[in-house]
Amino acid sequence: MELTTVWFLIVGVLLIGYFVLDGFDFGVGISLPFLGKDDTDRRVLINTIGPVWDLNETWLIVAGASLFAAFPEWYATMFSGFYLALLLILVALILRGVSFEYRHQGKGQKWTRWFDQFIFWGSVLPPVLWGVAFANLVQGVPIRTVETGGWIYEGTLLTLLNPYGLLGGICMLLLVFNHGLVFVSLKTVGEIRDRARALAKKVGIATIVVGAAFLVWTIIMHMGSDTILLIVVCAAIAAVALIAAWVANAAGREGWAFAGNAVAIAFALLAIFMALFPNLMHSSLGAAESMSIEGAASSQKTLELMTWVAAICLPLVLAYQAWTYWIFRKRLSREMIPAAAH
Amino acid sequence: MNEFLDPLVLARWQFGLTTLYHFIFVPLTIGLSLLVAILQTVWVRTGKVKYLKLTRLFGKIFLINFAMGIVTGIVQEFQFGMNWSNYSRFVGDIFGAPLAMEGLIAFFFEATFIGLWIFGWDKLPKKIHLMTIWFTWLGTTISAYFILAANAFMQNPQGFEINAEKGRAELVDIGAVLTNPIALGQFPHTIFAAVMFGGTVIVAVAAWHLKRNQYVDEMRTALRFGAWANILAFVGVGLTGHTLGMTMTQAQPMKMAAAEALYNNASGADASFSLFSLGTPDGAHEIFSVRIPYLLSFLSNGTFDGSVEGIRDLQSTYEQMYCSGADTLLTCPSDGQFAPVIWITYWSFRWMIGLGFLAALVSAVGLWITRKNTELPNWVWKVAIWTAPIPMLGSLIGWIFTEMGRQPWIVFGVMTTEQGVSPGVPGWAVLVSLVVFTLVYGALAVVEFKLIFKAAKEGLPEIEHLPGEGGEGTGEPDQQQLATVY
Repeated sequence: MELTTVWFLIVGVLLIGYFVLDGFDFGVGISLPFLGKDDTDRRVLINTIGPVWDLNETWLIVAGASLFAAFPEWYATMFSGFYLALLLILVALILRGVSFEYRHQGKGQKWTRWFDQFIFWGSVLPPVLWGVAFANLVQGVPIRTVETGGWIYEGTLLTLLNPYGLLGGICMLLLVFNHGLVFVSLKTVGEIRDRARALAKKVGIATIVVGAAFLVWTIIMHMGSDTILLIVVCAAIAAVALIAAWVANAAGREGWAFAGNAVAIAFALLAIFMALFPNLMHSSLGAAESMSIEGAASSQKTLELMTWVAAICLPLVLAYQAWTYWIFRKRLSREMIPAAAH
Repeated sequence: MNEFLDPLVLARWQFGLTTLYHFIFVPLTIGLSLLVAILQTVWVRTGKVKYLKLTRLFGKIFLINFAMGIVTGIVQEFQFGMNWSNYSRFVGDIFGAPLAMEGLIAFFFEATFIGLWIFGWDKLPKKIHLMTIWFTWLGTTISAYFILAANAFMQNPQGFEINAEKGRAELVDIGAVLTNPIALGQFPHTIFAAVMFGGTVIVAVAAWHLKRNQYVDEMRTALRFGAWANILAFVGVGLTGHTLGMTMTQAQPMKMAAAEALYNNASGADASFSLFSLGTPDGAHEIFSVRIPYLLSFLSNGTFDGSVEGIRDLQSTYEQMYCSGADTLLTCPSDGQFAPVIWITYWSFRWMIGLGFLAALVSAVGLWITRKNTELPNWVWKVAIWTAPIPMLGSLIGWIFTEMGRQPWIVFGVMTTEQGVSPGVPGWAVLVSLVVFTLVYGALAVVEFKLIFKAAKEGLPEIEHLPGEGGEGTGEPDQQQLATVY
């Protein structure tokens, strides 16, 4: 396999890692106003992701840096092109991240309320915007090649807000919300667990419907492309996993439900990557203007070096992160939250 | 074009603002993680609860910082693509590699082990838990190395060649990138400065309590520990700073000339270091100055009779080199000026050195007057408290010097800053993001400092049960309270 293809897959793996892992902690953030009846509830919810949210977010940073190293053209064109969308994501991630650390440190309800709002909106905005961005990459955005080399994005923020893009955003939001609800029911005991499971049943239905619509639309859009078979297979696996997860949740098998949702997110993204292949960005101005994997990639030398680094590091990363999840495997309850705040 | 909406100017302001802000938290994270790890090690070795309490207190301050370091770090990485996309596509092949290596090797590691450290007090055996803070420190340190190697490429590009066909710089030798002499000099210099910063924060917190006669025994220990850390680190800062200065003179002679506002070549006694000088804003005409003969020669060459190149000579050399060839688009600044803004480099160089000296001096005096357990007047503690921001300011000003001194280059000798900016991003969009970041960062700074003051003033925590002894249950959900939660 070409190294460029290998790196297309590695970046894919990093992004899947990001959406599966940060996905459930976005979901927990979104669930805050729905599941948290009082402050102790909300603290239980936040503590389910306390030890892991920042290492989950690290996946985004590493995916971004890998994009920079492996596909500088992609990084440069997309990041400067989707400028305002990324600005919103950054502000959301900043406010959300500091809120986990700060909400319990101040005094008074007003303080805590503010940071709860930041956690909620900071968990809603990024998945929506990422969903919009990825859907647009697949659908095609107005990029064209420039004489001096490279590509340039010629649209605006509004260009991205089209029906397919927005559907992608809602789809991603529902996927992570559902994922987070199942995670809460997996990580807690008592009333909060029941509430999470009940809500996951409802949200799960919506996720299945919207997810199916998005995947079908994607398939129709790519009829006749070389990778259509792979797209259909990935989409089918995602759909089956999502439905299986719903059934498992309804049956009280939260571990299986969580795994099912993770598989669904992974394969939905894989379907998107297959729809992109062999491009990184489809151009809406004509196939000749699209950004190919080859055209955007770094030199062979850099890719070789980075392949070695990734091959050595990624298994290690997975091992020590898995260890973290193992250490913090116990379920949380209201009684475990110390009464007196810090 | 409307000058107010010039994307280049706005993007530069944004980069400066976000980088300096990020750089308040990063050094404190690096410095405090080491000092907290040492305190915790002493606790594990001696079993004295005093050290556990100090570990918890300074660990908390460290964590408040860590959150800020992470979230502001994401902005750092994204804005290369958002505001500097031409730069990113030109050097991504070589500049992206250390960034990605930082992520894969160091950052994952650091973020994982800090989670284990914060929440693992009751879940991990004592020694394993101690290991997690050392791993956190190791992660931050390796991380700093890769980032400094990336920065060093901008200061002194090594290990690359220009691929004319693709119109970009490409990696030839990663070894040369990672052993860039600027990186080798910058790394220990930065780490030692970070330890100074951590040390003075500990000194300040301890002094605040000693002034109020609280936790006298523990805080005396903390004060002297912080002061020692500060002084020892200062020795490291000074030695590495000297090495770095010489390397810098080799790699970027214009930066050294600008640091001294030296317009003409000078050698021997004429190569003097001016402690203070008054002149026209551009430094071209001097009115009054206090000078130490030979010192500039020593700082730049390590000998007293070496010569130092001046701004005027370098300017004409660079015009020849970078503006007279066929392909000068990337290398010739539009105004033809190769000197950075002199008054900024001149004063930042002095303030960086001066603040470092001042912090170490205060610590040395502090160690001397606290050597015996006697009553001390209030002003002693006040001075110690106010030392806290000094190394921080020194570090920030040091970065202003490093980055402003690099101008007009984004990559020295390869690409000018004005060529690196994103084409197609309108000025108003950059202005919006500059305003948003300024507001968000400003608000967070207020909250952040409030929280640090609050944590510092709360003082030492009560230790209800010793961590690492009991608590690890059978795997069933137990109802024991957690030691650390949000």
